[in-house]
Amino acid sequence: MGKRVLIIEDEPNIIEAISFILSRDGWSVKTHSNGHDAMDVVRARSPDLIILDVMLPGKSGYDILEEIRADVTFGEIPVLMLTARGQRKDREMAERAGASRYMTKPFSNSDVLEAVRELAQP
Amino acid sequence: MPESSIIGTRIRENRLLRGLRQSELAKAVGISPSYLNLIEHNRRRIGGKILLEIAATLNVEPSVLSQGAEAALIAGLQEAARRDVEGNSAEQDRLEEFAGRFPGWAKLLVDLHRRSEELEHSVKALTDRLAHDPHLAESIHEVLSVVTAIRSTASILVDPKPLEPEWQNRFHRNINEDSRRLAEGAKALAQYLDAAPGSESDIRSPQDELDTFLSENRYHFTPLEIGGGATVDDILDVDQFLTLPAAIEMARTVLKQYEADAHRVHYGELLAEIEKRGVAPIELADAMNVNPATIFRRLATLPEEHVGPIGLAICDGSGTLLLRKPFDGFLVTRMSGSCPLWPLYRVLAQPDVPLQMRLQQVGRDARPVTAMAVAERVGPMQFNVPPTLRAYMLVVPMSVTDEAECLVEVGTSCRVCSREGCLSRREPSAMQSGF
Repeated sequence: MGKRVLIIEDEPNIIEAISFILSRDGWSVKTHSNGHDAMDVVRARSPDLIILDVMLPGKSGYDILEEIRADVTFGEIPVLMLTARGQRKDREMAERAGASRYMTKPFSNSDVLEAVRELAQP
Repeated sequence: MPESSIIGTRIRENRLLRGLRQSELAKAVGISPSYLNLIEHNRRRIGGKILLEIAATLNVEPSVLSQGAEAALIAGLQEAARRDVEGNSAEQDRLEEFAGRFPGWAKLLVDLHRRSEELEHSVKALTDRLAHDPHLAESIHEVLSVVTAIRSTASILVDPKPLEPEWQNRFHRNINEDSRRLAEGAKALAQYLDAAPGSESDIRSPQDELDTFLSENRYHFTPLEIGGGATVDDILDVDQFLTLPAAIEMARTVLKQYEADAHRVHYGELLAEIEKRGVAPIELADAMNVNPATIFRRLATLPEEHVGPIGLAICDGSGTLLLRKPFDGFLVTRMSGSCPLWPLYRVLAQPDVPLQMRLQQVGRDARPVTAMAVAERVGPMQFNVPPTLRAYMLVVPMSVTDEAECLVEVGTSCRVCSREGCLSRREPSAMQSGF
């Protein structure tokens, strides 16, 4: 496949595990771990899909998602949001901000793989 | 006036208690029995000499008749009646009679009312804790993140698909690292929840604990004064009242400030200056060459027997109370937001300009006070950066020489305030009109 996924997450061992399973599934994986310049990295990497954590140092995942949705080039890109809070309020916030899919920690590898594969369908 | 009406009832109660006839008491104090009868039925005001003589004859302190413990009891009963949601229509017009004739029952009722308020507050604190406690949310987030990493890593490791040795080593190392972090995180969380007074009946916020800690120490820490020979940690080590980690941190901040202040303004010198100038913070600050806020804080740490009662409230730029030292007759509550008319909040608009006002809180137990306030910048001054402010308000008894005409009426908190036509009102008063 060789499709590009960008993981924006600040927990190094989550990054490592997810990177591994996605690489093994044939994805080209790039990672980034803070909020400040996340949008610059999106533009530079030009991914086909983004996995975005809600709680990031520097900037909230919701704000980054809004920037992504407002961007001319990347506005339509599938975004999978990760969060440690599964409350209805958080889910609604993610939907309002334009998340393609929302996943609550702790998720399983197969959940992530399945979600990513689904989101990558044209 | 309700005050005078209590006096008559109380004289009658005290007289009957001592088995004196109306005529006997009247004779002893040199008034006619019919006049005493009018007084006892609250149809004549009484004060001054006659009150003193009656008190002497009845062998009680005059204050027992003029204000006494009943004032507090009556205030408590009124409070309970206001919170009566069941519509029991307690006979408020006969409240004083009730408190006077059945003080035991009245006390019990007030105690029960207070207890139910406390419990209500506890339930609220408990709910708030789950929904809003940032420390708890942070800890749970941390634990969940590590659990996610472990789950993800573990399932890669057990996957039957072959794994290169270096990857395998890496994931083993990660899982080991994460499991250690998880153990620590879980332990910290358990400690935090444990420290949360769940086992005891009172759920307390860190602020409550700080208040208890300071008031149990009477806001004075001799070991931190010059020559006291103790450090902040020594005091925290032996303390019995602080359990929540946040409360301990807050107490540490307060004590560090205390220590620094004690070095800038020596205890003995301050007492000597007060001897000369009185409790006049601005003059004292000038004489001792420190900023007023230092003196404000310092004054509130002095033992009452030397300087009389001094109350203190400190708030930040949002108006949130950081510290309060209670003052009899001027109520400062953390429960539901304070009165924006206090000089404490007015000075925030103009830092470094001290404000002095004579205040009278609306409410039965309130007494006229002199309040002095000042707001000061915290931290270094910078170009184009708005200052971080702290406002201080000292409350002292109003001296008899002070002009009573310029007394400004202020509240405590909207809910318990009956001040009419107040532009600053946030919510309706729970008090019935006519009080």
